[in-house]
Amino acid sequence: MIKTLLKSVREYKKPSILCPIVMVGEAVMEILIPFFMAEILDKFEDYIQGFPLDINYIIIRALIMILCAVFALLCGMWGAKLAADASCGFARNLRQDMYDNIQTYSFANIDNFSTSSLITRITTDVTNVQNAYQMSIRMLVRAPILFVTSTVMTIFIEPKMALIFIGAAVVLGIVIAVCMFRVVPYFRTMFKKYDNLNSVVQENLTAIRVVKSYVREEREIEKMQKASGEVYKYSVKAERILTIMMPSVTLTLFIVNVINLLVGSNMFLGNIEGNVEPTDIQTLIQYSAQILSGVIMVAMCLNFISLSKGSMDRICEVLNEKSTLPKSENPVKDIKNGDIKFNKVKFAYTQKADKYILTGIDLHISAGETIGIIGATGSGKTSLVSLIPRLYDVTEGTVEVGGVDVKNYDMDVLRNGVAMVLQKNVLFSGTVAENLRWGDENATEDDLNFAVKQACADEFIERLPGGYNYDLGQGGVNVSGGQKQRLCIARALLKKPKIIIFDDSTSAVDTKTDAKIRESLIKYAPETTKIIIAQRITSVQDADRIIVMDEGKISGVGTHEELIKNNAIYKEVYESQHKGGEESE
Amino acid sequence: MNKNSRRNEKNAPTRGKGAKNPLKTLKRLLVYAFSRNKLATAFMVIFVLFSSVTKITATQFVAKIINELSMPVNGISPDMVGIVYPSIIAISAIYLIGSASDFAYNIIMMYIANGTLKKMRDEMFAKMQKLPLKYFDSRTHGDLMSLYTNDVDTMRQLLTQTIPQLISSALTLVAVFVYMVIYSVTLLLVVLAVLIAIIFITKFVAGKSAKYYLTHQIALGGLNGYVEEMTEGQKVIKVFCHEEKARERFKILNDELNESGRKAHKYAFILGPVNNNLGYIQYVLVALVGVMVIAFGGESALLSVYCSALGNGVVGMIIAFLMASRQFNMPVQQVSQQLSAIVMALAGAERIFQMVDTLPEDGGGEVTLTFGENESGKWAWKKPAADGGYEYIPLKGDIRFDDVVFGYTDEKVILNNISLYAKPGQKIAFVGSTGAGKTTITNLINRFYDINSGTITYDGLDIKSIKKDDLRKSLGVVLQDTHLFTGTVMENIRYGRLDATDEECINAAKLANADFFISHLPEGYETKIKGDGANLSQGQRQLLAISRAMVSECPVLILDEATSSIDTRTEKLIEKGMDKLMEGRTVFVIAHRLSTVRNSHAIMVLEHGEIIERGSHEQLLEQKGKYYQLYTGAFELD
Repeated sequence: MIKTLLKSVREYKKPSILCPIVMVGEAVMEILIPFFMAEILDKFEDYIQGFPLDINYIIIRALIMILCAVFALLCGMWGAKLAADASCGFARNLRQDMYDNIQTYSFANIDNFSTSSLITRITTDVTNVQNAYQMSIRMLVRAPILFVTSTVMTIFIEPKMALIFIGAAVVLGIVIAVCMFRVVPYFRTMFKKYDNLNSVVQENLTAIRVVKSYVREEREIEKMQKASGEVYKYSVKAERILTIMMPSVTLTLFIVNVINLLVGSNMFLGNIEGNVEPTDIQTLIQYSAQILSGVIMVAMCLNFISLSKGSMDRICEVLNEKSTLPKSENPVKDIKNGDIKFNKVKFAYTQKADKYILTGIDLHISAGETIGIIGATGSGKTSLVSLIPRLYDVTEGTVEVGGVDVKNYDMDVLRNGVAMVLQKNVLFSGTVAENLRWGDENATEDDLNFAVKQACADEFIERLPGGYNYDLGQGGVNVSGGQKQRLCIARALLKKPKIIIFDDSTSAVDTKTDAKIRESLIKYAPETTKIIIAQRITSVQDADRIIVMDEGKISGVGTHEELIKNNAIYKEVYESQHKGGEESE
Repeated sequence: MNKNSRRNEKNAPTRGKGAKNPLKTLKRLLVYAFSRNKLATAFMVIFVLFSSVTKITATQFVAKIINELSMPVNGISPDMVGIVYPSIIAISAIYLIGSASDFAYNIIMMYIANGTLKKMRDEMFAKMQKLPLKYFDSRTHGDLMSLYTNDVDTMRQLLTQTIPQLISSALTLVAVFVYMVIYSVTLLLVVLAVLIAIIFITKFVAGKSAKYYLTHQIALGGLNGYVEEMTEGQKVIKVFCHEEKARERFKILNDELNESGRKAHKYAFILGPVNNNLGYIQYVLVALVGVMVIAFGGESALLSVYCSALGNGVVGMIIAFLMASRQFNMPVQQVSQQLSAIVMALAGAERIFQMVDTLPEDGGGEVTLTFGENESGKWAWKKPAADGGYEYIPLKGDIRFDDVVFGYTDEKVILNNISLYAKPGQKIAFVGSTGAGKTTITNLINRFYDINSGTITYDGLDIKSIKKDDLRKSLGVVLQDTHLFTGTVMENIRYGRLDATDEECINAAKLANADFFISHLPEGYETKIKGDGANLSQGQRQLLAISRAMVSECPVLILDEATSSIDTRTEKLIEKGMDKLMEGRTVFVIAHRLSTVRNSHAIMVLEHGEIIERGSHEQLLEQKGKYYQLYTGAFELD
């Protein structure tokens, strides 16, 4: 897992490696300072006891110390910059890699992740990993170095004292490790409870009208109190352990200090064998603090990393998801015509599902034909047409376009040749023209005019303030449903496709305009195969052939008149819409 | 109300900005957190006090020991039994008290903080339930969600770490300052000089960092928005082979985010080493100046009360002073690193308080809804009479609008002089294009919004005189957007009436033709619904919403596009159920499909907030007006 993530470090390897080295420089300087300080104080002590004061000696030591501090400062600043570069850059690459990989996803992959979860993964989760990474490169090397060099310095002063410090560090390490070991599971549970709390709030927000309509506020408040109570319970459990940890760290430090004083003073007096000056005691106290802070820093880093493991997992899921649509070895780069053939097609959305959405589909559609598809919700209409631009792969059988298996096409060629106007269609922020040019980047004004005319969108675009330059707003909120659908159709037409598929794409358009769009399609694109999925019989009744879908199977194919005569489902739908006169939506 | 909320809007800090009124907010937050736990708070402060005082005092004893050890001038050996050992014992005791106090205040603070956060979340949520819909209309879900996540989170850090640290820092600063004055005024001046430099540099660096954090926030918002929009339309991207374009734009935004983040973090990280190493320089300067002053100016030039008046040794004093100077810088350093946390927490607290302060929806009038209390044994309105008794008015479902004018904002009127009536048991339909005001009319009946002028009466009572909860209880609503809750299918149907039996729920589902698909779900009625029913189709969700309304048995029904996602065949199948549902009830129907509204008693055609045609299906067709045109397909709805 970590390996997958580290692949994204790339050009930030240099700062990532340099940063810990620079930090080590800072740490070593910091450790030298108390050492020189002890020397100055020793001389000073000698002076108090009557020896002449060696001013030069003291000034030189002081200057060395200031140099050390300045050098440490420079290292620290450089290290800070490197750490910022490396961690932010790593996060940037991670985000880019995730997003790039999402772009290779097939529809089946997209179905696996919800929009909101993808957003969280790209933002919050990456931030968590970024913090852990930043901690690691700044602390994970610096802290052990701090530990080791401080120990070395104490050995210089008195090896026996060093032993005491190491012993204390080991004890402290064990205490922290045990605390961490116990605290992490609680935190994990707490984060889950936290997610739960968020979903209670989220659900309440989206359904606030339902809550208010049914006067269920009290019940919702109870739900929330339960959720926040759980969060409270587990965060208290987790933090209680952490609260024991910090004072035990200070306590260890204090005990070490007392031993230091006790043993140090006796060593000075010669009661215990050892070479310790009074000023050394002060220095030793400083080093003991640094040794123990090294231990604490390592512990905190490890804690951070283990807490960000959940985020790492979620990021890896996105990075490791492979497109379910394998690429063709020798991709066909040209679509001959809009001829479509389904051979014994079976289809299920997931491999495991024992329930096929489509079974036994055998169908041939000739180039230029107009085909209507009708059927109840869940009968497999959308699934059927999704196989043509290879949004999903068939489970069994083959789908051919222009006489070639869709799996053998270059994906872009296939999808540019097969335009699909999706049921859940989306426009993006930007102007009308920008959105239309999704279909063809290089479309001229004339191309646009022609496409919008076919989609019967010309009139309302003219009336929009700014015409083609009208800003649609996020998700195209600034136009009505019917207008949105017509823009989506125009956008698809700009591809000048061999096959065009309307998946319930005119449901919000009035019947007259609907008919006009179909007429202009037949007139201006006679060679394009046109497939129209609709709820309304009127939208399909003029098609060359109509396919009636029922529970994943083709229940009938034929013209309007034929089906009225011999297809019960079609007849029923027709009658339900035509009771008492012309139907309209 | 409206004016008030807009004024509040102006005062609220936008995300990514600091609090408008930090001191007032801090005070309120402190009162909020600590006033509930006065005793615990008092103890906490005492323990924090103990903790910092012990640390400083212990340092003094260390200095005393070193002083004693390094004083063998004139051949006097150090007094181990009289001074050193008692000092060590004193230090041990002080350390023990210190550690115990550390532990005590941490644990108290932990409970106070978590309790406060829980209380805050609960209160925010309870408050949110009482807010009028207008409040939700003017805010995105994301904004409201971050009150519970980001803003409460920053509060956690403030309460558990920053506040105890601030208290202890303040105490430490004062105590150490006093010690340093006693030790040596001369050396104190050196410390203060460096401190001023530290504060100056900190202010500069922290300011830079804060500035870039702001741009960082904005860049993050930009990236979030882009990912949200693009991922929502990911399938369209695939269909149009637009992946490369999507990547390019993402790269630009991602690079912007990286750039601002890099700068913000750089300055934040620099703060540590700068403070730390300036501290060392200060440390060296103090030692150097100390030695020099003694060498050239003599001991008296140190202006040391500690040495001259109390007769202590100079070496011990300088060591003690050096230690104290480190202790003096520590709080400055800690506070400077907490600075951005404080700023963010206060901005968050301000947003939270602003929400809590928003005026709640009013509870409505005094008329209540009763069942079986009056002689008829059915639903009735209970109206307090002038003589102190009660008057019972049977609930019939007679609803009248008289000259109603309404707009969501003061500037734009949505409904203009609407007058209409629905007699008990009638089915009234609204037809018209999007934005004509259909849904708005139903929103006024249940008082989601209040009308600007005119009156709406319910069985002759002004709806403002009816208790809001009871008014809503009498109205069953199936909304345009179906929402389901996490829980089983059964629980979701029972949402309509909490005391409905399983059998009643199943019956309702059968009537709504939902039983068929429910029994095909993996665990039937016990199947868990997650994420607003993401595993169900829109049509199935609507069938569940209809079942829910059926269970509620409300005398008046509002069906807002209740069957829009159900295909015409299924709609036909549930027609019987719907008829049963509507039987004897006053029903308001809004529908896209004219076939759904055909058999209504009256159909209102709305346009631009006015009723332009009304009558039965046949009458309207005869008029050959707008309805006729709609019906024959000459105009588009939606």
